[in-house]
Formats: sequence, structure tokens, C-alpha cells
Amino acid sequence: MSDVSYSVPTLAELASKGETPEVLFWVGCAGSFDERYKRVTKAFVKILNTVNVKFAVLGTEETCTGDPARRAGNEFLFQMQAMSNIQVLNGYGVKKVVTACPHCFNTIKNEYPELGGTYEVIHHSTFLQTLIGEGRITLKEGGSFKGKKITYHDSCYLGRANNVYEAPRAVLEALDADLVEMKRCRTTGLCCGAGGGQMFKEPEKGTKDINVERTEEALATGATTIAVACPFCMTMMSDGVKNKEREADVQVKDLAELIAEAQGLS
Amino acid sequence: MIQQILFVITLGIAGYFIRKRFLAIRANINLGKAKEIKDHANVRLRNMLLVAFGQKKMFKRFIPAFLHFFIYIGFLIINLEVLEFVIDGVAGTHRIFAPILGNLYPVLMNLFEFLAMAVLLACAIMLIRRNVLKIKRFWSAEMTAWPRLDANLILTTEIVLMMAIFTMNAADRVLQGQLPEHYHNTGTLFFSSYLVPLLVNTDTTVLIVLERVAWWFHIIGILGFAVYVTYSKHLHIFLAFPNTYFANVEAKGHIQNMPVVTNEVKMMLGLAEAPAATTPPAEPGRFGAKDVNDLAWNNLLAAYSCTECGRCTSECPANLTGKKLSPRKIMMDTRDRMEEVGKSLQAGGPGLGDGKTLLGNYITKEEINACTSCNACVEACPVMINPLEIILELKRYVAMEESGSPPSWNAMFQNIETSFAPWKFSPSDRFNWANELKK
Repeated sequence: MSDVSYSVPTLAELASKGETPEVLFWVGCAGSFDERYKRVTKAFVKILNTVNVKFAVLGTEETCTGDPARRAGNEFLFQMQAMSNIQVLNGYGVKKVVTACPHCFNTIKNEYPELGGTYEVIHHSTFLQTLIGEGRITLKEGGSFKGKKITYHDSCYLGRANNVYEAPRAVLEALDADLVEMKRCRTTGLCCGAGGGQMFKEPEKGTKDINVERTEEALATGATTIAVACPFCMTMMSDGVKNKEREADVQVKDLAELIAEAQGLS
Repeated sequence: MIQQILFVITLGIAGYFIRKRFLAIRANINLGKAKEIKDHANVRLRNMLLVAFGQKKMFKRFIPAFLHFFIYIGFLIINLEVLEFVIDGVAGTHRIFAPILGNLYPVLMNLFEFLAMAVLLACAIMLIRRNVLKIKRFWSAEMTAWPRLDANLILTTEIVLMMAIFTMNAADRVLQGQLPEHYHNTGTLFFSSYLVPLLVNTDTTVLIVLERVAWWFHIIGILGFAVYVTYSKHLHIFLAFPNTYFANVEAKGHIQNMPVVTNEVKMMLGLAEAPAATTPPAEPGRFGAKDVNDLAWNNLLAAYSCTECGRCTSECPANLTGKKLSPRKIMMDTRDRMEEVGKSLQAGGPGLGDGKTLLGNYITKEEINACTSCNACVEACPVMINPLEIILELKRYVAMEESGSPPSWNAMFQNIETSFAPWKFSPSDRFNWANELKK
């Protein structure tokens, strides 16, 4: 598909033409730099292009939201990041933000307003659900996922932190797949182990790694696809699957990748 | 008459001790930072009604919720009978409500007996769950001898108190036949009627004494228990109400802002004027929390509201995988430290200046560093306690006052400062992912 070209306009480019996008796609650090999650970013951009959503990204003007710093206790660093991001966002007059990272989603949605940045913030799972609901994304029945067992791993920052439990499931159901739940799901979903800055350090001494515990639960459902909606969950669950030596028959995929795949965009 | 005087004295003694403890606990909670909580009154009231009064969050686990519900309802309703006890005790009457309520009285007494039996059975099953089945959350590391004994004492006391009700009612029932002018007819009472045959042939004087002993035992038991509760984890029966009212009403993912930092950051970014050099800089206080006085008062209230059920710890991903962190221990430690400081101050001691601190002497960095901030503990708590808020304040102290975060976190901080991402990538490469799409 490399012959197809997609547009990825930046806010700066649009602003120079006097245009404003419908929505800003906040890519996030993992979406920009992590080899694995860059594939999710690209899948989402392809979907946005295909359904003609007028979007833009910040490109090199985007910086870390400050989430890991705040959760690790460094409030100064968090607020430095937050305020400079807010200056940029307000400078462009951004109203609506979509992101594929629940951590960025939570921070911009819940923590930027009291620092002067108020936007409508949507996670890509909700965004995809809306596109499906509006008929802008159509998935044919009996597609390549029909009957395939998929389990969804709740991201803490989407679920418990923001009560987004159903949107990701609705997206998966649209794939006509066989959605199976883990023992601990929704409000009692088990963390992948990466939240609260844990992504950036080794775990404390214990008897087991959290991601291995969670992966075992996911594998116990018999699913061949573990669906995730967060870059950190993606890393942790992929590592867990490798730890269990199941990478040959079990894949860890983001919702956007699954939709892009079903649409033949990958 | 002697009984009346003794009763008033007993009430007075219990009142004295309860008041003393009430003041001590209030003083301990006031060790915390002032914080005005006046927003969202409707949401807060709703939380209190649904979660504390209505026990909504208990029912996530059905068996304990079911057992707890009987004890809770029993407590609420049997206390109506205690009202009669107190009036009788002061006025020297006997079952003062019987003639007033007429035919309703035996119905109520029967209802109380059914509730008393339900409480008794529920407590017995809970004792079995703790001590025979040894359910894991009642035996984790922080459940040392005292917390386990505390729980068993509470359950045993409740069983004994309920047995006193049955004994009293049975003796009373027999006396109703022998001295009808003093002992009002209560009709047959369902459970105590099984005890009646054991007492029928007993001497009247012995019966009178037995009834009085049971009565006094029950009321002293209740008053004694009320004093004990103020020293025990059982305080949740009262504090669950204010705690659910003052609990966080924001999205769980939201972390409380630090306005002090906001001001400084605004000045650094040139977004706000620096205060004139003539005004002395405001005392910024400590960043984050090292000891209980650095925490907000509602976090301290939460620590007193914790009944150590351990639902938080049994859902904590760090604890489940063998790390030292236990959200329940965070709350227990906070409470223990408050009590220690409070006792020291009462005795004219150094209080907070005793050389000990919450972080270090009670809670270690290893514990707080293991938190994934996943909110599982917050979600699990039946009375809306938030251990995460305390953990975060301790982390803030370590990061901002000590620069003592784990080295890899310090490296992450540095990456954000220099590369604007938690990983060490060049900021100019941030948009490279799009190159492949755009060609």
C-alpha cells in the first residue's frame, strides 16, 4: 500500500493557509517515537484520511504532556510541560483534541483546565466508535475477524480513571469478532503494570511481574488477539506474550490497527 | 432508685470517655492541612446516601456485603431498643414503650429478635471467614496481632451482646407470668421462647436478678463498645458518612493541583509578574508530604474511616505480584502515626518533632514507588477512601524536596526537560513517523 499517499498536515501549515482543522490529533511521545506504537499512529492517520476527517497534528511543536513527571511526584516539571503545551494549543485556538494515548487523554482532559487549557478531549476509541456509529466507517459483516476470539484489556487511565469502558468494546463488536472478557475487566480490570511512571523504571522486588500476571489472564480466555487502547499497555502486554512464548499465535493490537486492517488499509 | 443513680453515673462515665476520644480524634485530624471542601454539595450528599447509608459499593462482593448488611441493619434498628433502655434506666421504668405501643410492641420485639439472630449468625460466619477459612486479605503482612485481635473482639462482643438480649427477653417472659403488674406482656418472642423452658422452674428472685444482669450487661456492653470503637478500626460505622461526603468527586484520573507550583512556573515562563522585591516571599511550606501534618485533613479523616477490610490491597496489582505496597497499610500507617503524634502532644511531648515521620518510619519509598496509580484501590474501597492521594503526596516530597526518586525516574525527568519526551530522542525527530505516509 506504500504507493498510496496520505496527508498529515500540521497546525502550523493550516494556520499559514488560514485554515482550522476539525480536530487536533495529539500523537503523544509513544505514538511519535516508540517503534511499535508508531504503527498505531499511522493506522489512525490512515483512517482519518479515508473518512475525510479534517485533522492536523502539532508535529515537532508537540511535547510530553507531563503525565509521567506528575505521577512520579515532579510537579514542577509537569506544570512546566503543561503550561508550555497550553500556550501552544491556545495559540492555535484548538477546541477539540483526539489522542490514542489514555495518559495524554486524561492529563489534557482533566488536568489542563485548571492551568488554563480547556478543550474537548476525546480518546481514539470513542472517536472510532462515533465514526462507526455515524456510518463513516463501514465494516462489512463476516469480515476477516468473524468468529475470531478477541479479548480487550482495559487501560486504567481510560477505564477507572475516566469511565470509558464501552467505547473500545463497541469498536471491537463492530468487527464482528467474538469478544471474550477476562476474569478481571472493566472496573476491576488489572493494570498492565506501566501506569504512574512505572513504564520508565524497573519494578520493585516482588514475586511476579504485573504484565505477566495480566497476560496469563488474557491467554486464559483463549483469545488469539489481545486488543489494547494504550501505548503502555501495548508494550506491557506484548512483553507478556513474549514472556509466555506465545507471540507466534497471539497478537497484541490496538483498536485503530484492527479497524485499519478490517478496512484493508494496513 | 439506686439503679437509676448507677445508670446515670454509667452513662456519664461512658459520655466522658467518648467525648475525650472524640476531641482527641478531631485534634488529630486537624493536624492535617486546611482544605476547603464546599463544592458539589449535591454530588457529595448523593455519595453519602448511596455509598455510606445505602452501602452501594459493598455489593461488589456479594457474600461479605450480605453478612455486613445484616449487622448494619441490626445496628440501626436495634438501637431503637437502646433508646428504650436509656429511658428505662434513667426513669426507673421497665419497658416504657410497651404500654404506649400496645400491640405493636410485641411485633417490634420479635423483629428485633430476628435481627439479633441475623447479627449473631453473620458475626459467627465472619469469625469463621477470618479465623478458620483464613481468607487471604485478612492475613496479609500488615494484619499483625492487634488488627486481627481488634476484628475478633468486635465480632465476639457483638455476638455476646445479642445473646444478652435473648437471655433478658426469656427471663422477662417468665417473669411476666409471675409478676404481671411489673412485667408487661410482650407476647411470645420467637427466639428467646426457646430459652423459656430452661427458666420456667427458676425462683422468681433469681429470675429478677438474671433479667437485671442481662439488662445491665447489655447496656454496659453497648456503652463500653461505644468507647472501644473510638480506639478501633470499627470507627467506620460513624466516619464512613463524613468520609464519603468529603471524598474526591473529580474523575479518578485527576490529580490535585499544586497552586504554589503554578505561581512559580508562571513566573519562570514570564506569564505572571514576580512579586515586588519589597514584599517578603510567602513561606512555601513543604512540597508534598513527609509526615501527617503535610497531608490534607480529609486524608486523615479517611485514615480513621478505614476498617481494614483489605479490598483495596486484594485488588492492588503491585500487592498481587508480591511487592511491598499495600494500600490498606498506607491508611493504617497514617492513622497509627496520627495517634502517636496525638498521644505525644497530649502528654506534653514533642508531637511531630519526635524525630519520626510517616515517610521513613512507617511507609518506605519501596512501597510508594511500586504504585501504578491504577486506581484499583480507590475503586475497591466501600467507603471511598483514596490511598492514592497519600501515596502521591509522599512521592511529591521525595521528588521535589529530596530529589530522591529512583535513578531511572530522574533520568526520565531529565529527558522530558531536555528532549521534551520521557525517552531520550531528539525533539526534531518527533514528526519523522509521518515521512513514510506522506511520500
